[in-house]
Amino acid sequence: MELARVEGNVVATAKSKRLEGYKLLLVQLLEPDLKETNKFVVALDTVGAGEGEVVIIVRGSSARQSEKLTNVPTDTSIVAIVDTLEMHGKVLFRKHHSE
Amino acid sequence: MRLGRIIGKVWATVKDPKLDGTTLYIMQPVNEADQPTGMPVVAVDTVGSGENDLVYWVGGGDATVPFEDRSIPSDVTIVGIVDHLETE
Amino acid sequence: MIIGKVIGNLVATQKHYSYQNKKLLLVKPIDLQDRKEKDVIIAVDTVDAGVGDKVLVMSEGNSTTEELGFERRQPLRSIVIAVIDHIEHHNASG
Repeated sequence: MELARVEGNVVATAKSKRLEGYKLLLVQLLEPDLKETNKFVVALDTVGAGEGEVVIIVRGSSARQSEKLTNVPTDTSIVAIVDTLEMHGKVLFRKHHSE
Repeated sequence: MRLGRIIGKVWATVKDPKLDGTTLYIMQPVNEADQPTGMPVVAVDTVGSGENDLVYWVGGGDATVPFEDRSIPSDVTIVGIVDHLETE
Repeated sequence: MIIGKVIGNLVATQKHYSYQNKKLLLVKPIDLQDRKEKDVIIAVDTVDAGVGDKVLVMSEGNSTTEELGFERRQPLRSIVIAVIDHIEHHNASG
């Protein structure tokens, strides 16, 4: 799984019926120290992630194993919203709960 | 299966219910000489490993089936902690 | 899933049976930030997309098998699964 930041929404009217009701988010991949990479992918949201949030994405056939996805066509899904990230014993990131 | 070194931890309250009860770590894939290979990833732990542990893991579709009774949305799953490693 | 632009059609006579009666599109991945050239993807159309459309390409074999109505796994991986109306993104032009 990889870390990513939600950067936008992808809006599509003509799409697979099985995608109806799901949110497609544009995410930018991050390195584990949260440095931005130049890679973007579109991920199916399963946890209600919002713009600017740091999330965990899962790829490949594993992306379909989320509890909320049965027979949904996806190769990339958001499965968690990161609260805190710690590396080598140091807190690198903590989500703001103010909003 | 491949080797990895746990270098960090991720906390997430909002997550797929199937991930409840697992621990999410930042893991650096390493070779048999404990040298980093590629970028660290987020890995699901199923065996109770801890910070700095040398572990082995499965990737891709195989990562979804560590439990007999349920599948999980993971593409990197830690399936063992290395006690001892011997190389030529 | 990745975002791409349909740049052409692909027609083949000799092909695996799973590709019978499938419209194949050539999709060029759109770069949202890095300026690197990306290889063109060949994808089966499921949403009536055409040349010039901005589309969403999904590449996962099991999903594709189901989406195309096959009973068992076929050597098919990428499908065009949506035509994108717009992308709300503050940094990249898309």
